[in-house]
Amino acid sequence: MPRRRVAVAMSGGVDSSVAAALLVEGGEQVLGVMMRLWSPNRDRANRCCSPDDMARARQIAAQLGIPFYVVDAQRPFKNRVVDPFAAAYASGLTPNPCIECNRHVRWTFLLQYAETLGATHLATGHYARLHFESGRYHLLRSVDRHKDQSYVLSMLSQEQLARALFPLGELTKREVRRLAHEFGLEVADRPDSQDLCFAINGDYRSLLKELGVPLPPPGEIVDPTGRVLGHHQGLAFYTIGQRKGLGIAARHPLYVLVKDVEQNRLVVGPRHALARHRFDIAHTNWILGGPPREGEPVTVRVRYRASEVPCRVRRLAADRARIELSDPLYDVTPGQAAVFYAGEECLGMGIITS
Amino acid sequence: MPDSKPVYLDHAATTPVDPRVLQAMLPFFRERYGNPSSLHRYGQQAEAAVERARKAVAAVLACRPAEVLFTSCATESDNLALRGAAWAARSQRGARRIITTPVEHHAVLHTAMQLAADFDFELDLLPVDEYGMVAPSTLASRLDQDVALVSIIYANNEIGTINPIPELAALCRQRAIPFHTDAVQAAGQLTLNVDELQVDMLSLGAHKFYGPKGIGVLYVREGTPLQPAQTGGGQEFGLRAGTHNVPLIVGLAEALRLAADERDRHVAHYADLRDAIVSGVIEHIPQVRLTGHPEKRMANHASFVMRGVDGNHLLAALDAAGFACSSGSACKTGNPEPSDVLLTLGISHEWALGSLRVTVGRDTCSADVERFLAVLPDLVQRIRSLGRQEEV
Repeated sequence: MPRRRVAVAMSGGVDSSVAAALLVEGGEQVLGVMMRLWSPNRDRANRCCSPDDMARARQIAAQLGIPFYVVDAQRPFKNRVVDPFAAAYASGLTPNPCIECNRHVRWTFLLQYAETLGATHLATGHYARLHFESGRYHLLRSVDRHKDQSYVLSMLSQEQLARALFPLGELTKREVRRLAHEFGLEVADRPDSQDLCFAINGDYRSLLKELGVPLPPPGEIVDPTGRVLGHHQGLAFYTIGQRKGLGIAARHPLYVLVKDVEQNRLVVGPRHALARHRFDIAHTNWILGGPPREGEPVTVRVRYRASEVPCRVRRLAADRARIELSDPLYDVTPGQAAVFYAGEECLGMGIITS
Repeated sequence: MPDSKPVYLDHAATTPVDPRVLQAMLPFFRERYGNPSSLHRYGQQAEAAVERARKAVAAVLACRPAEVLFTSCATESDNLALRGAAWAARSQRGARRIITTPVEHHAVLHTAMQLAADFDFELDLLPVDEYGMVAPSTLASRLDQDVALVSIIYANNEIGTINPIPELAALCRQRAIPFHTDAVQAAGQLTLNVDELQVDMLSLGAHKFYGPKGIGVLYVREGTPLQPAQTGGGQEFGLRAGTHNVPLIVGLAEALRLAADERDRHVAHYADLRDAIVSGVIEHIPQVRLTGHPEKRMANHASFVMRGVDGNHLLAALDAAGFACSSGSACKTGNPEPSDVLLTLGISHEWALGSLRVTVGRDTCSADVERFLAVLPDLVQRIRSLGRQEEV
């Protein structure tokens, strides 16, 4: 059997650097790759891959004695992540582009690119574990619960998981930092950013402008009975559950309940009106091939950092399902990914539709 | 990531130091380390070595030793030739125009552009044909007394085309206009006899002919008006100040001597390998074109453009497969722009992004070329299909 060769996706940060170092130490044949992603500002690189980051990743690769290549991923990233994000966002959804980036760019384009460099596997610094049993790959949460990133990997197929390696899955962030020190890797401890990597300072308005997507028009803010309370700036700029920034003086706090795209109205109301006992998902990905069995104890997470709640999954069609909750959730947002777990195992995901 | 030793096919970028050159240099680091400007015996010993080297270089160029200036690299030689001759021409005869070509190495082109932008010179870029060659009649039609200097590349680094330097330089000689050529790629393969070439200035860099990096030569014909661009201690006849880099000067001279002595043998070897590469690529890869002149090109130089291929991706894939090559638009930051030279030749953006340069050297053997030709078509095909998939 030919020896396996691993391409490791590097960012210049501590996680991917330690992942690369662990692979090298384990005697693997390793090469480093780093994607250049599209940026709306031609003179300024995407925040994920600034010249500094590239220089740092290149240095780490040299220190580890592995070749390093920068991959021009601007076109796939723009076409498959940024444009769909902007279109969905402008239409009132709240999409999660990191999910689509992992699906289409990192685990499709980059994986295929790595294959042309002779790689058989693609490794990343994600905190997640893989387990192979009974002919199938199982995606498990990382040992470090705080860092677990199985949420953004929940869209992977068996074919993709067969090529994936997550060297950090059994480690805590603390251990990773210690290892970085032991390996003598000079990697900056950058704080995790909450903004999208391609929207400068979270400025979605100028992003839409740059992309030529028409800005969503202003409209009315109404209560659930239809009474006009004020005016909104465009539905795209609000999220379900949002309380601040509505510009309405009211005796009780008001929350965004619904973004009514057809009538261009923002429906607001009290927090209890946000409670959802069920919602639907589409574009489902079930890692083991199908949805969980009826009655299997399953939990769901409706945002990356949301807490998990028990649920039941009812299959509606090949790629659609209805999710029923015993306890209500207050932040179910169309466009976001709902990710399912059974104990340690990530079962898959779907995009929330309603 | 091959298990065997990688094959180096990028000799136009640089070459390894010849072991004989290294031996010649070594005593000047630890034993004979004197400063040639010093009065004492250490200095005298070092000065003697520099002057021996100057003589050896002059022998290859068929010029007088006093016409050989040592610089830190060919880029510096180009800078000194352009700045020094342009400033002198303006102060002595009021000439303001610099004639060069759009296919020059940036060491010439960017220097000329800066002279135009910041020093009030006028830049006149000669049109070139589809092979990047300048026609003597084109140059003749542009020459008048306002021309400060002409600089035309001898052999092109990206596409390998050789310019008719003797004819071009003769036109300038007749009109007493200084003519400079960047001979960096030509060295080791083409004649450097400055009387045959009829040039007034000529730039060389040692690392292209199996000498060390960090050392260059500017030949300046006696009587050519030139102002120093780097002033200081008065070394190199007051034209290039700075302590002599004795070991590298010795290395350059030895490398140039060896390259000249062994030239015919190497050139024949290179041409065989290059022809095998060109015919193999053209035969086995669809939608590919040779760039540069089909015959009047460097013996070791094969360059291509391929439609719908990400050239940087191809270089990475070749490197991972064990072959070190280059392209006209090599980019280490993942933001490729096609080479200006290729666009100037009328090659479209779509083709120009897929450029590949393969340059053989003394140690390249036919088995290397066969292995290269065995992997290239498949890599090109896979890169093309990934590119097509992303065209949504």
